[in-house]
Amino acid sequence: MSTPTRHATAGIRETTEGTVYDVTGGDWDELAAAAAKSDDERIIVNMGPQHPSTHGVLRLILEIDGETVTEARCGIGYLHTGIEKNLEYRTWTQGTTFVTRMDYLTPFFNEAAYCMAVEKLLGIEDDIPDRANVIRVLLQELNRLSSHLVCVATGGMELGATTVMIFGFRDRELVLDLFELITGLRMNHAFIRPGGLAQDLPSGAVDALREFVKKMRKNLPEYDKLATTNPVFKARLQDIGYLDLAGCMALGATGPILRSAGLPHDLRKVQPYSGYETYDFDVPTVDTCDSYGRFLIRIEEMRQSLRIIEQCIDRLEPGPVMVGDKKIAWPAQLALGPDGLGNSLDHIKNIMGTSMEALIHHFKLVTEGFRVPPGQAYAAVESPKGELGVHAVSDGGTRPYRVHFRDPSFTNLQSMAAMCEGGQVADVIVAVASLDPVMGGVDR
Amino acid sequence: MSEQDRRNDGANPDQELNAENLPGNRGDGGEVIGVRRGMFGAKAGGDTSGFGGLVRTVRLPGGTRRPYGPGPEAGWFDEVADELEGALDEQGLLPENVITKTVVDRGELTFHIEREHLPRVARTLRDDPALRFEYCAGVSAVHFPEDRGRELHAVYHLRSLTHNRLIRLEVTVPDADPHIPSIVEVYPTNDWHEREAYDFFGLIFDGHPALTRIMMPDDWQGFPQRKDYPLGGIPVEYKGAQIPAPDQRRSYS
Repeated sequence: MSTPTRHATAGIRETTEGTVYDVTGGDWDELAAAAAKSDDERIIVNMGPQHPSTHGVLRLILEIDGETVTEARCGIGYLHTGIEKNLEYRTWTQGTTFVTRMDYLTPFFNEAAYCMAVEKLLGIEDDIPDRANVIRVLLQELNRLSSHLVCVATGGMELGATTVMIFGFRDRELVLDLFELITGLRMNHAFIRPGGLAQDLPSGAVDALREFVKKMRKNLPEYDKLATTNPVFKARLQDIGYLDLAGCMALGATGPILRSAGLPHDLRKVQPYSGYETYDFDVPTVDTCDSYGRFLIRIEEMRQSLRIIEQCIDRLEPGPVMVGDKKIAWPAQLALGPDGLGNSLDHIKNIMGTSMEALIHHFKLVTEGFRVPPGQAYAAVESPKGELGVHAVSDGGTRPYRVHFRDPSFTNLQSMAAMCEGGQVADVIVAVASLDPVMGGVDR
Repeated sequence: MSEQDRRNDGANPDQELNAENLPGNRGDGGEVIGVRRGMFGAKAGGDTSGFGGLVRTVRLPGGTRRPYGPGPEAGWFDEVADELEGALDEQGLLPENVITKTVVDRGELTFHIEREHLPRVARTLRDDPALRFEYCAGVSAVHFPEDRGRELHAVYHLRSLTHNRLIRLEVTVPDADPHIPSIVEVYPTNDWHEREAYDFFGLIFDGHPALTRIMMPDDWQGFPQRKDYPLGGIPVEYKGAQIPAPDQRRSYS
C-alpha cells in the first residue's frame, strides 16, 4: 500500500476529538489524467446527495459504462432526524407534531395513520365523530392533490419542462392556501389528533373549498394539454423505469408504482378506513409498468380526489370533531383567539374564572397526557406514494413505547436499482422521479 | 367476610370476574415487560401525593385460546391458523414447536414464531395457495430491556392481497444473542427494512445479502433506538428558566 498523496487542498489537523482530515476540493486535472490513463470506460459516479434532480438529499451511486448504468445503488440517511426515537419522549398527542414532519409533502397522511394506530390501541376507532372523519378524508384528498402536483411538477422540471413545474407549483399553492385557512399552517399541521381533530373548520372554509374545486377542474386539463400527449414528454417517459407486477410484489412497491403494473390495489378500497367505503371514486390503473403510466395514474388520481372532495363538502354536517371521552379530548371550547394566536378569550375566561376542574383537566391532559393500554397495533393508509403503515406499541404509559413508520418512499426507493440498471444515465432521473421519493419520509 | 364482600373487593379479578367481563379470551396473564412505580415520575422523594408507593406490573396481551375470531365465533383467523399448522405438519414440523403463542388483540392476529423456523414459516405463508401472504410491510423492532431473555422483538406485518388479510409475526431473541434468520430470500422488500432494524436495534439478520447500517453513518457506535441509548439534547434557557433536554424531563409513569 502506498502512502496517500498530500494535496494542497487537503489538510490534516489535530483536534481534541482526534485527527481531522479535510478532503474538500481537489485537483480535477489529476483525476481526469488518471481516468484517461485507464483503458476502460467504467466509472463510478456519485449523484447527490446535493444534486438538484435527486429529490432532496438522496445519493445515487451509479456504476456507468459509457452512457449505460451497469449498477445503481442508493445512499440514504442524510435526512435522518430520529423522529421515531423522539416520539418515545413525548405524549401520544405531541406525537402528531413529530410525525407530520416525516414525509413533509404528505403531512395529513402521516398524522392520520399515526392517529389511527393510537385510536386502535385505545379501542376508540368506532367513536370518532362523523364530521371528524369527513374532514380527515377531505384533508387527505387535498393533500393527495398537493403531493401529486409536486411529483408532476418536479418530474417535469427534471426533464426541462419548466412550464409543467410552474403550473404544478401554482396549483399546489391553491391547496396550501386551503391548508393555511383550515389549520393555520401550510405544512407540518399537527391538525389530526388522536380522537379526532385539533379544531373544526373555520368559517368560510366550505366556500373556499367549492371555489378551489371549480378552479382545479379548470386547471387539471392543462397538464393533459402540456404533457400527456406531448411527443417529447412521452419519448422521455415511455418504457423508462420499467417494473412489472412480479417485481413490484417482490420489492413491496405500492401506490402508483404497483397500479402502473395493472393491479388495482388501493387500501381505500380493500381495507377502507375513515369511511372511504361510502365514497364514490375509481382506482385508476395502467399496464405499461413504466414512468409514463405512473404519470397518467397520478393525473387521474387527482381527478378522483376532486370527486371525493366534492362529496366531502356535501357531507359536512354540524357536529363534534373530537371524541366525547373527556379523558382524551381537550376541553371542547378550545378555539383560536381573535389574533389567530393562543386560545379564545371565552375559553380562557371559562377555565380561569368559572371552571377550575376544566383547568385541572386541561393541564393534566396537556402536560401528562392520557394513558394507552399496553399492546401493539398496526394502522395503514393509502398515501399518495403507497401504503403508509404505522406500528405503534404501548406499555400502558402516557408516551409511545415504540412507533415505527413503514414509509412507502423508503420501500419504493429500493426498486430504483431494478428500474435503472441497464438503462441510460439520463433515464435514472426519470425513473427516480416516477418513484416520487421524499427523503423526509425515507430517512425519518 | 361474606361471599358478597369478597366479590366486591376485587382482590383477584382473574377468579372473581365472569368470562364475559374480561377484555379477551386470554390463556395466560400476558408477557411482563416492566414494573411501574409511583404515579407522577417524582423519583427524588418529593412526592407527597400518596401515590408514590403504587406498584403496577405492565403486561402485554397474553396468548389467546381458540376460537380466534375475529369476533366471538371462529373466523378467518382460525382459517389462517389451521392452514398454517396443517402446512407445517406436512413439512414434518410440530406446529406447537414453531408457533409458541397466538395472540388476538384489538382485532389483529399475531403468531409468535421460534426464530429458527421463521424463513420456513414466511415461505409457507407466501406460497401456500390458501394463505398467500404475498406482501410484507417490513420489519419493526422493539426493545424491551426488562423482558429478560426476550429483550428484542422483531415484528413483521404480512398482507395477503389475494384474500385481503393482514397478520403479524413476532420473533423474540435475547440481547446476548441477537440473531434472527433473514427473510430477504422470501420477501426481497425486507432488504432495507432488516438493515434499518440492524442499524437501530443491533438485530443481526443471518443470511442478509449485505447487512450494513442504512441511516446512521457506517462508523457509528451503538444502536440508537434501543431503550438504553440516550436521546441526547441540551438544556435550553427560556425566559430565565432552564428547560431540561427532553429525556431529562419528568415522565409520568
